Amino acid sequence: MAGTATRAGAAAVRRPHPWLGFLLRRLGGLAAVLVTLVVVTFGMVQLIPGDPARALAGQSATEEQVTLLRHELGLDRPQAEQFGSYAAGLLRGDLGTSFQTGEPVAEVLAGRLPFTAELAFLAIAVVLVVAVPLGLTVAVLTRGGRRRRLDTGFTFVTGLLGAAPEYVLGTLLVLIFAIRLGALPAAGAETLSALILPVAAVALPTSCVLARIVRREAAVVLGQDYLRAARGHRLPALVLYGRHALPNLLTGTLTMGGLMLAGLLGGTVIVESVFAWPGLGTRVVEAILNRDYPVIQGTVLVLGLLATLLNTLVDILLGLLDPRTLTARSHP
Amino acid sequence: MIRWTKGLVLGLAGLALIVLVGVVAPFVWDEAATRLTGAAREGMSAAHPLGTDALGRDVLARTLVATRLTLVLTALATLIAAVLGIGLGTAVWVSGARVREVGLRLIDVMVSYPAVILALVVAAILGAGGPAAVVAIGVAWSPAFARLTANLAASVAGRDHVATARLLGVPPSRILTRHLLPNIAEPLLVLISVCFAGTLTALSGLSFIGLGVQPPAYDWGSLLDTGLEALYTNPGEALGPAIAITLTGVLAGFVGDGLAESADPRRAGPLRRTGKAVSRAAAPAPEVPQDALLVAEDLRVSRPDGVELVAGVSFTVRRGEIVGIVGESGSGKSLTAMAVARLLPDQVRAEAAVLRLDDLDLLGPAPDRRLALEIGVVYQDPAASFNPGLRMGGQITEVLRRHRGTGRAEARRRAVEALESVGVTRPEARLRQYPHELSGGLRQRAMIASAVLPGPRLLVADEPTTALDVTVQAEVLALVKEINERDGTAVLFISHDIGVIATLCHRVLVMYAGRVVEELTVADLREGRARHPYTRALLAATPRLTGPAGEPPATIPGRPPAPAERPSGCAFAARCAEALPHCAAEPAPPVPSPGGWAACHALATKVSEGAS
Repeated sequence: MAGTATRAGAAAVRRPHPWLGFLLRRLGGLAAVLVTLVVVTFGMVQLIPGDPARALAGQSATEEQVTLLRHELGLDRPQAEQFGSYAAGLLRGDLGTSFQTGEPVAEVLAGRLPFTAELAFLAIAVVLVVAVPLGLTVAVLTRGGRRRRLDTGFTFVTGLLGAAPEYVLGTLLVLIFAIRLGALPAAGAETLSALILPVAAVALPTSCVLARIVRREAAVVLGQDYLRAARGHRLPALVLYGRHALPNLLTGTLTMGGLMLAGLLGGTVIVESVFAWPGLGTRVVEAILNRDYPVIQGTVLVLGLLATLLNTLVDILLGLLDPRTLTARSHP
Repeated sequence: MIRWTKGLVLGLAGLALIVLVGVVAPFVWDEAATRLTGAAREGMSAAHPLGTDALGRDVLARTLVATRLTLVLTALATLIAAVLGIGLGTAVWVSGARVREVGLRLIDVMVSYPAVILALVVAAILGAGGPAAVVAIGVAWSPAFARLTANLAASVAGRDHVATARLLGVPPSRILTRHLLPNIAEPLLVLISVCFAGTLTALSGLSFIGLGVQPPAYDWGSLLDTGLEALYTNPGEALGPAIAITLTGVLAGFVGDGLAESADPRRAGPLRRTGKAVSRAAAPAPEVPQDALLVAEDLRVSRPDGVELVAGVSFTVRRGEIVGIVGESGSGKSLTAMAVARLLPDQVRAEAAVLRLDDLDLLGPAPDRRLALEIGVVYQDPAASFNPGLRMGGQITEVLRRHRGTGRAEARRRAVEALESVGVTRPEARLRQYPHELSGGLRQRAMIASAVLPGPRLLVADEPTTALDVTVQAEVLALVKEINERDGTAVLFISHDIGVIATLCHRVLVMYAGRVVEELTVADLREGRARHPYTRALLAATPRLTGPAGEPPATIPGRPPAPAERPSGCAFAARCAEALPHCAAEPAPPVPSPGGWAACHALATKVSEGAS
């Protein structure tokens, strides 16, 4: 005990680079998330109420078919052994084969993931590019209770669009831009213009909610002492707000809004159905309806990893913006 | 206490109406919603305002009838989320330290994953269907409740009365019901309304992609799904449920915002106007000395409601002079300083007959460059006045770089010199550090260095020693004095501490309730020749090591009047031992002395008696 205490003390004196500790904690968190994901996806089959083999084979299957299926799935082996072979398979990159089509799940996912990732990352980029300048500008223009009308209008519009679910907005966008105006394709992912409506559908509601958060955070930052001190440096507006307010309000915004960026993945999964987007979302729905467990397990794993990636990106961004967050506890 | 804001009332009324539709619609429109007419997929018409679906059923009727199932499922999912989450949160909080730590981490992880993914997992286990979707969404939303409960519980548990209850051995279960749950009820209510909106869209989403309510039952989500297929022939089929989902979500959002707003103490209503005309006080128009650097005449700072916080202040600061402004908090001394520096908060307005720094008119559109270079400001709280996200170097050199066009390397070299001259150790390293890596004393030194680096003619120091401990205070004062003597920089020094003012300044202004009540030389102040009763009371209230042992410093009874309630006469009259009957009613006349003046009726009477 005494030895560890001394060593811990020495480490504190040496002050390792903050990013190192961040990286270590982050890797530890990542490992924990991976284990959790593997356990959860494995548990999915085990938790099916009743006899999973019977549920999978369907009510019309004979008892022999069910027994055969049970054996094929390894459900007749002890759970520890099943988990072992499941985990070992994952390590080899073997995610099993689809019940429905017989394709290897890894191939199914490889074909689908790029579409979902493309949609999600583009949407996030749009959210950040729209929400942050919008919220900051409105906060600056309405500070100290000025421009009440702009205030009301902003609150109303963002409130309305922010409450509209992505799939509802997607449907309305299709109705307006694809059917009425004929300007953009309604479905598919063949052309670049086909990206516009899905990205807009996913990005708009989150942009509105985030813009409101940015605006509120910005109002707080604009009242801070250090902003008064920066004003004392008599800087042009762009430098004053861009250099002194923006990074600090982003910290608060991302701590609150970071979860929303990962949540955007959920919106993406559902919006894919509106646009017949060939991503993970449409595939996993199909798999759930067909009780195609290997595909479901694989998709949940990949979506979980994608969410982890997004969370990590948010944390890195936070670390770059405000070095104090590096030493603080953060979610993996 | 719930404040009934417009949004909250609108939200609750709207939701009540929707609930009413949910109750009534299945009785009234069920027939219309299920009757198969021959007219399949008809557009909007008078008979069918939203058209008909593929089987010729009326879409409007179906949308209205679906209200009940949608609301019931949403309410159930919200209930599951709340019960499960609050249970989990309290369980984590009540358990031991180690379990709590792990539990909190776990909840954090769960919250950071999209609820939809978790819902997909549950839906996959239970199979597609309405009840499965309810459980799925409920489970998926529960971490949000768990986290809020655990966080709130932790913050409430840290409060004194709860800590006391624990020390007294009150069992955790009783603490939970007596202290925790009532204290966290309001934020939970907010989350419940937010969650209701969230589960509504998520449940409808699951139905929309075919994993929720299965035919022949239908909710808004599944109606939207079938409507999407008919988008080309009858847009009304999608519009109906789309509007229903969005409208309900918006209304639930109104309720959530309204509750959050009324729970937020920072938004406790606007300032009220208690209109009372403050008569323009007769501050003596001082003769402006030849070597005046800063001249302020009849400076007033007022709130948006017209109440004056600084009510006509006139003074000058000569070149190389240190002028101190002393007064209690709320006397307007900091606002006066910030008005001079043109750094007042957005909410207040300043006006003056004259306000100029040498030839620079501070009332007009002064060029940024001159303001930045000629006025240096040292703020009260060094911890809050450096930008936490930027390195010290960038902040200290900013004015030089931008307004003098100094190169990066040269600016850093001069910053190092400036830091060295204020006694900052390892200055090169400091420039690379972030503010939070420096101690309070170092930060204040760095701020002074930053303020004097561009070579300002006037240094405005707004309570620069208040946030520091006593030894650091003394060092900072010595530093200001040194800068004044070495560079000849004039200083406007604000403090509530008359002792600090007496050590540092050449001339002193005493402010009370937005006005200057006395101006005197520091020699007069030190040697007890202060004449205004308030100044003398302030001096008597200062603890002294040299005073008689065992005698506590005198206190001034009462408090200064609020800005809106200041009398037209002397604002100190109500607390003054020497007050005459007319003191509060009539503005006090300035009584001149060799080194200054004091505005006091009692003094004027005494002087005139002495003269006659």
